[in-house]
Amino acid sequence: MGEGNPTAVSYAQTEDLELIRATARQFLEDRIGLEVVRDLMMSEEGFDRSLWKEIAALGWTGLAIGEEHGGAGYGLIELSVLLEEMGRLVTPGPFFASAVLATAAIDTAGDDAQKATLLPRLASGETIATLAVFEEPRGWDLATPATTATADGTGWVLDGAKPFVLAGHQADVFIVAAALDDGIGMFVVPADAPGLDVTETPVLDPTRRQADVLLNGVHLDGNALLGGDESTISLRKTLRIGTACLAAEQVGGSQRCLEMSVEYAKTRYQFGRPIGSFQSIKHRCADMLIMTEHAKSTAYHAVRVADDDDEFAIAAPLAGSICSEAYNWIAGETIQVHGGIGFTWEHDAHLYLKRAKASSLLLGDPRYQRQLLGQAIGL
Amino acid sequence: MTDTDYRRIDDVVDELFDQHPPQSTEPEEFWGAQYDLGLAWVWHEEGFGGLGLSRKDQPHINWRIEEAGGSTENRLGNLLGISMGAGVLVTHGTNAQKQRWLRPMFTNQEIWCQMFSEPGAGSDLAGLSMRAEPDGDEWVINGQKVWTTLAHLSKWGMLVTRTDPESPKHRGLTYFVVDMETDGVDVRPLYQITGEAEFSEVFFNDVRIPDENRIDLVGSGWRVSLTTLMNERVAIGGNTVPRGSGRIAEAVEVWKRSGSVDPLLRDELIHLWTEVEAARLTSARANELAGAGVPGPEGSIGKLAWANLNKKITSFTLDVLGLEGTLYPGGYELTRPTSFDTSMPQKAFLRTRANSIEGGTSEIMMNILGERVLGLPGEPRVDKELPWKDVPRG
Repeated sequence: MGEGNPTAVSYAQTEDLELIRATARQFLEDRIGLEVVRDLMMSEEGFDRSLWKEIAALGWTGLAIGEEHGGAGYGLIELSVLLEEMGRLVTPGPFFASAVLATAAIDTAGDDAQKATLLPRLASGETIATLAVFEEPRGWDLATPATTATADGTGWVLDGAKPFVLAGHQADVFIVAAALDDGIGMFVVPADAPGLDVTETPVLDPTRRQADVLLNGVHLDGNALLGGDESTISLRKTLRIGTACLAAEQVGGSQRCLEMSVEYAKTRYQFGRPIGSFQSIKHRCADMLIMTEHAKSTAYHAVRVADDDDEFAIAAPLAGSICSEAYNWIAGETIQVHGGIGFTWEHDAHLYLKRAKASSLLLGDPRYQRQLLGQAIGL
Repeated sequence: MTDTDYRRIDDVVDELFDQHPPQSTEPEEFWGAQYDLGLAWVWHEEGFGGLGLSRKDQPHINWRIEEAGGSTENRLGNLLGISMGAGVLVTHGTNAQKQRWLRPMFTNQEIWCQMFSEPGAGSDLAGLSMRAEPDGDEWVINGQKVWTTLAHLSKWGMLVTRTDPESPKHRGLTYFVVDMETDGVDVRPLYQITGEAEFSEVFFNDVRIPDENRIDLVGSGWRVSLTTLMNERVAIGGNTVPRGSGRIAEAVEVWKRSGSVDPLLRDELIHLWTEVEAARLTSARANELAGAGVPGPEGSIGKLAWANLNKKITSFTLDVLGLEGTLYPGGYELTRPTSFDTSMPQKAFLRTRANSIEGGTSEIMMNILGERVLGLPGEPRVDKELPWKDVPRG
């Protein structure tokens, strides 16, 4: 169990971080405000390719990709600031799937040639990628995928089903986890590969789409397998990075819900008083504040220790558990503070509730995160 | 702290060590010399235990003394005086008062206590009833204080009283320092739910206080009290504990010893661990962002979180113990405790019930967060402009 004080980290907001945050907030509010979110949420494709190009032009898709691969060369700390800002406005689209999950998978598992081929395309935004790993509804541990990869002399043949693939119908490339003779491999599968069938599924949170992906005898070249025999470790690391970044996004949503609730509690009058003057409401808002601050602490800590494997194995599930619980509770209470209006389609509260609940299930619910944590700290 | 300050402080500390080797000097003498050189409260002005530097410089001095094998135990032994009383004296006291009280306070020769709460005034401190009536150049005090730490060992007490019942509650208060050995001061142990008496009740029956022991103006007692409470915050908050230490370590220990394989119990334990770690990281983050100054209302986040967690963890620990948790080894003895040891889970469970009451109830802390951090409107006050004597109470 982690004794003493872990890696000392600094939470100071450097000028770079302030700049990234300010730029992101302004762009998102100006270009992808909640009005736009609502349009995109109900649209066929679920996001706007011209907005995606703008995001790419701002350097966001390559923020955490090395300069040698056409990225900005920043790390998770900077990326998490972007995600926190996107979380504030439940920004729709494949950013989390592509710029976080798929990018992390290629970056941690890929060999030099694979990185040199794939990362520049992801950095520039011309390629959208996603991770196709989970099969069972609560199968976050990926013990043994039913999807198989069989060597056929020249390459691989993939067979199986991935029913919960984020941004599946938006992706140009899939990183698919499949069982090898020993262990798990991650394969790069282009969306137009014969035998690959992608069907969009209706989802709880329509700002973050999913698809049901079937692989029916999909033939791949030999170099489609990312890295080699260390794929299980890379996959675990990828999911930790995903969990930490998702936690930052959850922090942004929690903070925005808190602000909405406080604003409403100040201006909504009942019994001749602002409802925020009643302790039942005031104390609920105080609890939201405490949970948001706790969530921030764990998320900020996680992205700051990502290079320390032992500490990250603790910090990522810690953030996953705390931030999921916080966001779920805060988004739910935001509806309660708003009363009837908060339950309407017209009000924005449900966008956050849906994002919160779905997010807490994407990479492992809080119970699962606590199992991971328990293993890491020896409990 | 600037490098110049560092060098200046280190020079003075070296001088102190030269004249009074920390390991071989009697603590009382050492603390006296420390005071005289301005290293007691380094942010006080010269002559009153300080060098006119910053509050942030003090930890460095304490660290150097401990490094050299000297004692800083006075800071705990006379906690209420050194961490709160001194702040009141330098902010509101006369030079004569500072001269009289600060040095023997720091040398631990005169212990201090703080008498604020009353049976009828807990969260609503400004509603307190203890009367002080002028009589020549003296004041006559009648009433009762409660939950007083260290009262039975104290020479001096900080005391808030009501001098004008006709004014609204905040305006009719006056602050005194009272000699606890005066006739009419009756200190009685107050037994808490553990059977121990960490605290006292203090009864005042025609106790006479000379007017020279009044702090600041007649009627300004509320302002002085706020200074005391702000210094209390500094004393309570500020420390970041090691990961997995304290109450959660005790729970883990009990859980391991139990050999339990119950997955529900395990999940609950890890759940508590995550909440403790989130609170701990939040303290660390707040400390880094705030520096070492006086914390703002955000400090209430930590107090609230720890109170809640301490109660949850110690209750969980008894669950792990199962039927053993129904036992109370040693039984209840009505005594003054000789230590604050609560390593016995059953006692810890009982003692932590006060964490959400002492030093400001969790409800008041949440009001502070709601109103002063989030900017939510206050409750309508029925007593704010009413003369204190007309405020309903009971």
